[in-house]
Amino acid sequence: MDESKIEKHTIAVLVDNEPGVLARVIGLFSGRGYNIESLTVAEVNNADHLSRITLVTSGTRMVIEQIKAQLDRLVPIHRVHDLTDEGPSVERELALVKVAGTGEKRIEALRLADIFKATVLDATLTSFVFELTGSTAQVDDFVGLMSQLGLVEASRTGVVAMSKGPSGF
Amino acid sequence: MSEQKLTGAQIIIKALKDQGVDTIFGYPGGAVLPIYDALFQQNDLRHILVRHEQAAVHAAEGYARSTGKVGCVLVTSGPGATNAVTGLLDALCDSIPIVCLSGQVPTHLIGNDAFQEADTTGITRPCTKHNYLVKDVNNLARTLHEAFYVARSGRPGPVLIDVPKDVQFADGIYVPPTEVKHKTYRPQVKPEIARVEEAIELIANAKRPVFYTGGGVINAGPFAAKLLTQFVKATGFPITSTLMGLGAFPASDGQWLGMLGMHGTYEANLAMYNCDVMINIGARFDDRVTGKLSEFAPFSKKIHVDIDPSSINKTVEVDIPIVGDCGAVLEDMLRIWKARAKRPDQAALKEWWGQIDGWRARNCLNYNRTESVIKPQYALERLRDALRGKDHYVTTEVGQHQMWAAQFLPFDQPNRWMTSGGLGTMGYGLPAAIGAQIAHPDAIVVDVSGEASFLMNMQEIGTAVQYRAPVKIFILNNQYMGMVRQWQELLHGSRFSQSYSEALPDFVKLAEAWGCVGLRATTVAEVDEVIEKMLAVTDRPCIVDIAVDPKENCFPMIPGGKAHNEILFGPDDSPSSATPEDGMVLV
Repeated sequence: MDESKIEKHTIAVLVDNEPGVLARVIGLFSGRGYNIESLTVAEVNNADHLSRITLVTSGTRMVIEQIKAQLDRLVPIHRVHDLTDEGPSVERELALVKVAGTGEKRIEALRLADIFKATVLDATLTSFVFELTGSTAQVDDFVGLMSQLGLVEASRTGVVAMSKGPSGF
Repeated sequence: MSEQKLTGAQIIIKALKDQGVDTIFGYPGGAVLPIYDALFQQNDLRHILVRHEQAAVHAAEGYARSTGKVGCVLVTSGPGATNAVTGLLDALCDSIPIVCLSGQVPTHLIGNDAFQEADTTGITRPCTKHNYLVKDVNNLARTLHEAFYVARSGRPGPVLIDVPKDVQFADGIYVPPTEVKHKTYRPQVKPEIARVEEAIELIANAKRPVFYTGGGVINAGPFAAKLLTQFVKATGFPITSTLMGLGAFPASDGQWLGMLGMHGTYEANLAMYNCDVMINIGARFDDRVTGKLSEFAPFSKKIHVDIDPSSINKTVEVDIPIVGDCGAVLEDMLRIWKARAKRPDQAALKEWWGQIDGWRARNCLNYNRTESVIKPQYALERLRDALRGKDHYVTTEVGQHQMWAAQFLPFDQPNRWMTSGGLGTMGYGLPAAIGAQIAHPDAIVVDVSGEASFLMNMQEIGTAVQYRAPVKIFILNNQYMGMVRQWQELLHGSRFSQSYSEALPDFVKLAEAWGCVGLRATTVAEVDEVIEKMLAVTDRPCIVDIAVDPKENCFPMIPGGKAHNEILFGPDDSPSSATPEDGMVLV
């Protein structure tokens, strides 16, 4: 195995939903110089106040292992799962994409949205807001195409992910 | 009992008592007045009033490290908390269990930039193992008990609890420690036996083994140090240790090689470089120890025992990682070693010891013994001889004197040596000595100091005088920030930029001004006399000013970015050719 190879990993973390917990996670990454490519967080269990953080990071194998160990030793963290390591998983992100324009560009934008199975959330005579759910690559592609057709802004959730199969977190 | 209503301040006092706290180091202020009022109305908890909040944490560290208990601190909001930050980070870097209570402005004022408000949990988040802001008085007792659990469990560390003033006044329900169980934090204490068995096989087949031990053994308790000693004796292997681990194995034993690392002994560093099996127990491959990583122990298989999984494979990849408490792992190691009746290759071991004895013969700690000026090493040798056989504790500040103390003062027991290793905090030694002296009133406590470090927290003399803590401040006064000067000499063309201690006070008069004993030695002949007088003082602090050679440097030294076999022995070794550009940028 090449020790210097940069790997991209998706890590899911179950945490107590308490003040400061996200700051602990983010502070760990900035303080130790690790990358965050995306990070999403929301409460997933209201009764037990548990939140799930999904983060995408990259680094050498040694750094990835270090990131997981560092996350795991934060006190309010329940579990850390490396979805990239632990077998097949599904990953999705959601994007809102605003495109403004008229004429041929507007029609082309709508046609591409249809191909990408994006839905229209808002339409005016001169603009659309599309909603697209897909892999990071699909969203990248869609936003890339729209940039030539009057892209105004894009808002992305970052990746949420889950392992395939019956077993849970 | 558990339904009894108390004020928040009373809950805090009760929780501390129930956690076995007998001493708390602190400094009052507006946001902790209710707690100080509750302290005033009881007699079980002793409060030690420091002169600066940084010193409160260091004193609690000295208390914790010399007793094995959790150290306890109480500071006010804003500047009280920010002053404590250095101490908290010091405790985090050296894995010292501390619980620090800080006052906060009332809940309704949080976020309003109120007087003496600081975002204390925000500021201390990266400086503590964990921290809390308690907004509901009914969570206060539970949080306190949790804090003590977190501080002392797993890899120990500092925990801060920020308590708004209105929460201190409010009535709430107390819960005893027995009813509190932590939801998430369960560090692994017992090792995987299969890994320990693998390690034992590797150890038994080693030809050139070395034990490399650290603060983890000390933190695991005196029992772990005993087990380590038994295991090392059973194997007959050489042992070295980090700065933090001194005392876990008796320095008077023949298998002891001295400390390793940047200012470690030649024999310890060369044993590390040439070993075929390294047994790391409770050390973390710190950069002061490894030197150049690509040439760190290049011929070795490595076993690493650590309670913190994040310490494993952080900088050095190891062959057999074992997660667990050093004491628990050593217990299993020793048991399996005995059960399998292991005996290492005696011929190989004999040859290895022959090699080590050759390195020892280099006598790397030798220095130029002269009558014309007091060498700092000489002063420490005389201190060592004067302390022999006496119940004593040693703290240090940070710099050359710290390294000399580590080289020249031998420790046969754990918890006797307290120094700021990870953070390297100048000003640590005096308050830490006071903390150790408060815990051990009848023992001799010496702060081996430098004149520059001493000035950083010298206000704590007042604390020592107030509590009649007869700490001995043994200043090796070379009129320089010695380690800075040494690096400037070796790496920056002897341009001594800002490292001269200008405008020093007369330390003897300073001592007298505080009602302490002040002593001075300026000649070699005076050293013994001054040490004898210093040890005779038992009712007040004593400041000893030893005028040592201002030009002396600390050797051996592995320059930054160099490997263990590229050690410098003294001023005659050419440092310019030995320090590459990349070494200069390292610290």
